[in-house]
Amino acid sequence: MTIIALEKICFAYPGQPPVLTGASLHLQAGQRLSITGPNGSGKSTLLHIALGLQRPSSGAVRIFDKDRKEEADFHEVRRRIGLVFQDPDDQLFCPTVAEDIAFGPLNLGKSRHEAMAIVDRVLGDLDLMNLKDRSTHKLSGGEKRLITLATVLAMEPEALLLDEPTNALDPENEARLLEILLSLPQAILLVSHSTPFRAALAPERLELQGGRLVPM
Amino acid sequence: MTHVLGPQEKALAGSGALARQALIARLDPRLRIVMACVFAVVVVALSSLTALFAALAIALSLLVMSRLPWRRTLRRMAMMDGFILVMLLLLPFTVPGDPILVLWGLAASWQGLWQAVEIALTANAVILAVLVLLGTLEPVTLGHALHRLRCPETLVHLLMFTIRYLDVLHGEYQRLRAAMKVRGFRPGTNWHSYRSFGYLVGMMLVRAIERSERILGAMKCRGFAGRMPLLQEFTLARRDVTFGTGFTLLCLGLIILDVA
Repeated sequence: MTIIALEKICFAYPGQPPVLTGASLHLQAGQRLSITGPNGSGKSTLLHIALGLQRPSSGAVRIFDKDRKEEADFHEVRRRIGLVFQDPDDQLFCPTVAEDIAFGPLNLGKSRHEAMAIVDRVLGDLDLMNLKDRSTHKLSGGEKRLITLATVLAMEPEALLLDEPTNALDPENEARLLEILLSLPQAILLVSHSTPFRAALAPERLELQGGRLVPM
Repeated sequence: MTHVLGPQEKALAGSGALARQALIARLDPRLRIVMACVFAVVVVALSSLTALFAALAIALSLLVMSRLPWRRTLRRMAMMDGFILVMLLLLPFTVPGDPILVLWGLAASWQGLWQAVEIALTANAVILAVLVLLGTLEPVTLGHALHRLRCPETLVHLLMFTIRYLDVLHGEYQRLRAAMKVRGFRPGTNWHSYRSFGYLVGMMLVRAIERSERILGAMKCRGFAGRMPLLQEFTLARRDVTFGTGFTLLCLGLIILDVA
């Protein structure tokens, strides 16, 4: 099954030269794919387009074999594909870790009781139970990153989009993150500048050159 | 001011090309602040309808002189009316006096109606003058001019920091909203939505405080000790003196008209 199919995506931020000029990408179930490219080449934008946070000026967005054009088309997409943001602070906004992880399941219509059970399971799986009642803005950089991953995994997505997940992580936390990601069954689309991390998690690579994706 | 200004607009006047030809835009910012304050105080003190209509006429002629897009500026003025509309509609019913009509057992009075008209005229004349005289200033220029007018330094700093960090906070808000969206959040009328918005606002406040502490730290590292040097200088030109004198005379005229 093709999870994400982006066809000839063009995109420009208002008043700026286009960042994407016909980028195409396919992600199959279980596939691990990485995207590289210089700063500002549109890697994050591409992930945002796949989840409908930005709309391309032209090109087709097909997710789970359905054309996605309107905001309403993306509600299902966001339920089934998880995006881990570049800056963990952009993602964590609830007072405590438990509430932040429960936020997604609650949006999916789970009861409070079910949501708390999911929180326990996800934190247990990631061995982060000790952080459950901590305040989100007092976590260390590494802890924040692992918790953002937990908030996304709590929604049981079929694919993960990771935007620079190793940013500002020390080697120990990076190794831990890699170990967790390698044990997951989900398809992964990785944006990362770290060559060893890419080689370990998603060796298959596309590079953004002049607004297009080129296989390497 | 982001909700009043569209994207890409810094001041109401928009591009510099327009500002250069217009008479108001060439005036000393300090003079414009002082004149806007004088006009506001005078108009609020007026009580006769004739004088109030004259004041509104003066504000409208300022608008013509400024060459601002009048349609957009008047629409902004109307936005302010939205805030006082309910009060204006209720006034005739709450002020006792000679009845005009009875609605659902409540009597509207002529005295109340005149008061509502007075308030509407005062508010619109003042807001229009402020929009024309001050709205055409770049926010940063406004800060500098207030500083030169010996406005308390803390208030000026507050204004300058607001200008600087409004976009940063707005960006943070939008990123958090996007993060909520991708986790399936759709606002509705339920406790989960209320609580989530509460968390959003709370988290933004906490982050803003922490950010301000980091900024203060960074400023201290560069030798900040409670004073910020503001470099912009202003000079009064002849046209400023002419405009200032003329405008003061007009304000005096309004008072005389009101008393007469």
